[in-house]
Amino acid sequence: MDRREFLKHMGSAAVATSVVLSACDSNGNETPIAKNVIDGQGEMTYRTNPNSGDKVSLLGYGMMRLPVEEGGTLRDHPDSPIDQELVNQEIDYALEHGMNYFDTSPAYCKGMSERATGIALARHPRDTYYIATKLSNFSPSTWSTEASKTMFENSLKELQTDHIDYLLLHSIGGETKELNSHELFNARFIDNGILDWLVDQKAAGRIRNLGFSYHGDVNIFDMLLQWHDEGKYHWDFVQIELNYLDWNYADELNDRNTDARYLYDELHRRGIPAVIMEPLLGGRLASLPDHIVKQMQEREPETPVARWAFRFAGTPEGILTVLSGMTYMEHLVQNVATYSPLRPISEEEDAFLMKIAEEIVELPTVPCTACNYCMPCPYGLNIPAIFSYYNKSVTDGSMPTGSHDAKAYWEARKRFLIGYDRTIPALRQASHCIGCSQCKEHCPQNIDIPAELHRIDDYVEQLKQL
Amino acid sequence: MLRKIRICLQIITMTLVTLLLLGIGFRVHLWAGWVAKIQFLPAILALNFGVIALLIVAALLFGRIYCSVVCPLGIMQDFFSWIGGKVKKNRFNYAKENKWLRYGFFGVFVIAMIIGFAPLTTLFAPYSAYGRIVNSLFKPLYDLLNNWLAGLDAANDRYNFTEVQIWTRSVTTFVVAILTLIILGALAIWKGRLYCNTICPVGTFLSFFSRFSLLRVRFDKDKCKNCGMCEKNCKAQAIDFKEGKVDYSRCVVCGDCLDKCKFDALHYTAKRTSSSPKPVDTERRAFLVGAAVAGTTAALAQTQMKVDGGLAVIEDKKAPERKTPITPPGSVSIRHLEKHCTACQLCVSSCPNNVLRPSTDLMHFMQPTMSFERGYCRPECTRCSEVCPAGAIKPISREEKTIIHAGHAVWIKENCVVLTDDVSCGNCARHCPTGAIQMIDYEGPNGTVQVPAVDENKCIGCGACENLCPARPFSAIYVEGNEMHLIN
Repeated sequence: MDRREFLKHMGSAAVATSVVLSACDSNGNETPIAKNVIDGQGEMTYRTNPNSGDKVSLLGYGMMRLPVEEGGTLRDHPDSPIDQELVNQEIDYALEHGMNYFDTSPAYCKGMSERATGIALARHPRDTYYIATKLSNFSPSTWSTEASKTMFENSLKELQTDHIDYLLLHSIGGETKELNSHELFNARFIDNGILDWLVDQKAAGRIRNLGFSYHGDVNIFDMLLQWHDEGKYHWDFVQIELNYLDWNYADELNDRNTDARYLYDELHRRGIPAVIMEPLLGGRLASLPDHIVKQMQEREPETPVARWAFRFAGTPEGILTVLSGMTYMEHLVQNVATYSPLRPISEEEDAFLMKIAEEIVELPTVPCTACNYCMPCPYGLNIPAIFSYYNKSVTDGSMPTGSHDAKAYWEARKRFLIGYDRTIPALRQASHCIGCSQCKEHCPQNIDIPAELHRIDDYVEQLKQL
Repeated sequence: MLRKIRICLQIITMTLVTLLLLGIGFRVHLWAGWVAKIQFLPAILALNFGVIALLIVAALLFGRIYCSVVCPLGIMQDFFSWIGGKVKKNRFNYAKENKWLRYGFFGVFVIAMIIGFAPLTTLFAPYSAYGRIVNSLFKPLYDLLNNWLAGLDAANDRYNFTEVQIWTRSVTTFVVAILTLIILGALAIWKGRLYCNTICPVGTFLSFFSRFSLLRVRFDKDKCKNCGMCEKNCKAQAIDFKEGKVDYSRCVVCGDCLDKCKFDALHYTAKRTSSSPKPVDTERRAFLVGAAVAGTTAALAQTQMKVDGGLAVIEDKKAPERKTPITPPGSVSIRHLEKHCTACQLCVSSCPNNVLRPSTDLMHFMQPTMSFERGYCRPECTRCSEVCPAGAIKPISREEKTIIHAGHAVWIKENCVVLTDDVSCGNCARHCPTGAIQMIDYEGPNGTVQVPAVDENKCIGCGACENLCPARPFSAIYVEGNEMHLIN
């Protein structure tokens, strides 16, 4: 069944499910079917934005991994156009099931996300949803006042609206080879007066909530919150990365990152609602090693592994909405169910997830979320594909390990090497990384990309020479 | 009976040689390599006296059975001749041998071999001619099939077939192969074994022995009714039924005449004996060509589905002009390779790293040469040295390979991205398997940078640096061949 067909059958499937359920109820027995539908049996959970009174669905739609016509996302088929029909259907389903927060950016999907989002949303009354987009003036050519203003005006045009509900300064805290994080922040938002201009736009009603998304240097995050305290700028919301791995272990994974617990606490104690990105850490928390999946399934056999991560991200009360970049209808259906309504993580479950996080930190995976910000690599590498292949091999336990069973080792080695060639064309593999480090400054996870690529290349080379 | 045995042996030989040249089957050279090693010219060049003696003794005992059941080019011609026979029956007539051309060319060929004039040797070595046909024409078809299967495998999470690159390694060799196929095919359809009995130096050499062979086709004049069917079906045009004679220098012992004689007047025997062979049905020799061509269309559709990331465009590498060609480790020296190689393309077919290709240089015409645009000579691979039937690439171990210096790397400052793109690199040094490259300080236009320096004493010329150099289309570091491979 393809996705469209699946969609068509959604309605009838829902009816069928409720019939089965009522049958169970009348029997009074808890059957496996009843257990299968712990979640998704009620209404979407909403949180209220104290600044604007917006009632926002706990699940927000991230528009950065839109489906493309040739299947998958742009990462799979970089030259394929967006599958607008599917995007429309997904947005229809989302609205129908109570979702009302849609987060896009001029940078997403090779710049095609805003238009696709606009087309899909314009088919519905403007007051039934909130649009979030960003000032994504990363390139120095867009730092001028005019260029940045144009970017914002263009967003309105693409999204077919006269106001943005949630406007973010996109990804503060980064740095480049030439500029440190403060200099870069000033160049993008202060020196050109664009932040003040945005405040004016808010006053004029063209922006309803003004906030920022943060990655990287925590000093910038702290500085912006200090401005908030001083009354210099008011932040209606802030977007941060939060999941059960980053909660305590962000700095263990990378010492330039900051634990989500700190970020959340800083926002919560000021009453600033938090929008959550990377609840699944780029899908990594959905594909976990067998021994971890086992522990989760021993608790709830029928709950998808990813649901634990969504429940965790949605539990703290200061969270306004949790963004998920859902490409496939199946993920959308599953995530809507997760938050309809939210089953908050109990204290005991929280301790369980912290223990799980501890185990994940020990894995030699690369904390890449496949956001593709590092791309394109000027030397042709497919960086996210290399990392995701390596991570997948580590987590699904298919890496050749020094087991005593020589035959199994050789079989695993062959699979790893053949799979590597199949997944990534030879010219885009890690062996071609020259270590120029141009990618490094773009990585929101602060991964030392060249070092990790060289590590993977050494590993592959060592396997080949066996 | 003789014909039946001949056809069975032909099918076996052809299958093995073709599998070997296509590289099908799990390390096929380990169990089918012998079929290349018993080929006459490679054995001569490898100074494989055992095989040479065996082939001469076989010719003395049985006649030119080599030409019928060992030589793949001969078998290929029989195939075409068989097709010709389907179109027009009983089409041959006795013809006198063209002595001038036959022995004159043989003389020229022997002189060419003695003075080591490779182009002539390689062009007319029959096994090599067939090798080029398989390598240039059949292998791409097989590779298409392979890639199609690899696509299916990948879709089903299996790991039996891996995708390979399909590319024409040398246009010249490709053209030579096509011409060989067309000319020999047409000749075989028209005049049967004319080529083998006029041009082929191996055929001429064996004819010196076959004329004295113990077993031979003999006429029983009492039984002969002068119907002429034997002569009309002799693809060597060696039977003169009116005279009751067979030219044993040209008879390739195919057995067709024996089957065609309805009067039991011909026997393959040492002396007169009497037996009546029954006619056999024509064997169906289903050559893979038809099937492979049919598979092509499907395979193309499969490869088109495969996309790369479509990320930054990667320019193809171009081969630099090397002053000295690089020959594979084990080939000892350019001269050694030139003298021993018959250009059968077995090593080229076997190279898993897309390094070997036939040379277009006239003096080393179609003999293997190395270049690194698509891959490099990986340290764990010694495949070409294992398969070579002619001793042109001598067998070496992985350990030996680490001390054989087939070439040396040369840095081209003008291409180096450290200077042209103002980035740090060092990919050559990072991947040098012998640690022959060190990054050293260098005063560039924008300050001190790190550039590669090659220690020629350590460099083995494997081409890892050249292949992995980010500069395109010409690498900033490339390998020059060594005339004679240094060992240390």
